[in-house]
Amino acid sequence: MIRFYVRKSHPARRRRSGQGQFGIDVEFTLRSGSITGVIGASGSGKTTLLRTLAGLTHADEGFLEVEGNTWFNSAMNIRLPPQKRQVGLVFQDYVLFPNLTVRQNVLFARNEREDADRLLQLLGLSAHANHYPNEISGGQQQRTALARALARRPLLLLLDEPFSALDEGLREQAREAVRAAHSATGVTTLLVSHDRIDIERLCDEVIELDGGRVRGSDFGEE
Amino acid sequence: MIWQPLLLSLRLGVIVTAVMIVVTLPLAALFTRVRRRWLALLESLATLPMVLPPTVVGFYLLIAFAPNSPWGGWLNRTIGLRLAFSFAGIVLASCISSLPFMLQSLKSGMQSLDARLWEASYSLGKGRVTTLLRVILPNMRPAIFSGMILTFAHTLGEFGVVLMVGGSIPGQTRTISVALFERVEALDFTVAHHYALVMVVISYTAVLVLNLLQRSQLERRA
Repeated sequence: MIRFYVRKSHPARRRRSGQGQFGIDVEFTLRSGSITGVIGASGSGKTTLLRTLAGLTHADEGFLEVEGNTWFNSAMNIRLPPQKRQVGLVFQDYVLFPNLTVRQNVLFARNEREDADRLLQLLGLSAHANHYPNEISGGQQQRTALARALARRPLLLLLDEPFSALDEGLREQAREAVRAAHSATGVTTLLVSHDRIDIERLCDEVIELDGGRVRGSDFGEE
Repeated sequence: MIWQPLLLSLRLGVIVTAVMIVVTLPLAALFTRVRRRWLALLESLATLPMVLPPTVVGFYLLIAFAPNSPWGGWLNRTIGLRLAFSFAGIVLASCISSLPFMLQSLKSGMQSLDARLWEASYSLGKGRVTTLLRVILPNMRPAIFSGMILTFAHTLGEFGVVLMVGGSIPGQTRTISVALFERVEALDFTVAHHYALVMVVISYTAVLVLNLLQRSQLERRA
């Protein structure tokens, strides 16, 4: 089980410049092995929530407990850096390392060749293992980012709009890749998307964010 | 004898370039990654040698290096190092005077990279040093080469600072630009021509390599 409460106020200068309107004030519990969708309009705090859970953005207060381990607790002054949180993070536009091949990107997370090759095979990337990121398609880049995140054997997988850069033809393939990866690993996953179709097709549960707060949550089809 | 100033200049250029790569990389990372207003004071100080007349830089360094100054005297007493009118002195002076050239190249190289490469690496469990060595440096190779070429060429052509700090001691501080100045003063235009021609050839080659590098970089991006 993963429990969190995170509060982060938005810096006044960013509010003034119109870069998002709100901070976040979110409490939620994720069931182990579930895929939970986070949906909301632009500036509703979806990405800030993911970054805060990953430790890339500092929360003002709150806690984050992952399968019995405390990664963050402001009252107890515990704040693990991103390196020590066992998260897998897939950025919106993947942020692959351009100097490394597909296989090397995956090996960067965990230097175990067999593991990497198994993930590449699972995600249909074996034929592109020796290609560089600029030599493969957007869909293949998305799957490489997913393989790299999974190679870390995360306890929590964070996907930030992983399908938004893909056209409709590739989106279903990419969703299938996420589904296959989740079936194989059973990792608890938080998927941010502005597209209800992504959420409906993949998620067991939904958090709807509005102005940085949970407006509602519901269960989809199991 | 005509080769001695040239070889000394080349030795000076190689040493200064090697030292500056090591010293300037952490500085460039600091100025690029850390958002603190007071760092502008430090960065301006590091950039100062680019806008100050070399004689001014040389004058203050000579005062600082003199055996009767607190720092120069301390170095002399503790490790027997004499900086004024010595090869070690012109190495240090050239490092200070070349700092802005290396710093600007490395900084612009780092700034042109996606800052989330750092975050992607952190989220995969890697620390700052591993991220710098395995992700950031390999992706800013053109900037590193540019910085090295500019630093080397600038050191080779440095005149004011070297003359102020080192004087003109054959085999120790008489670099090719100092030797050229002396030959002109002695109205020995034949040797002066040789020195000048060698400088033109080396400098042109350096600038040519720099331009070829930038063009190949542009072609790769296209």
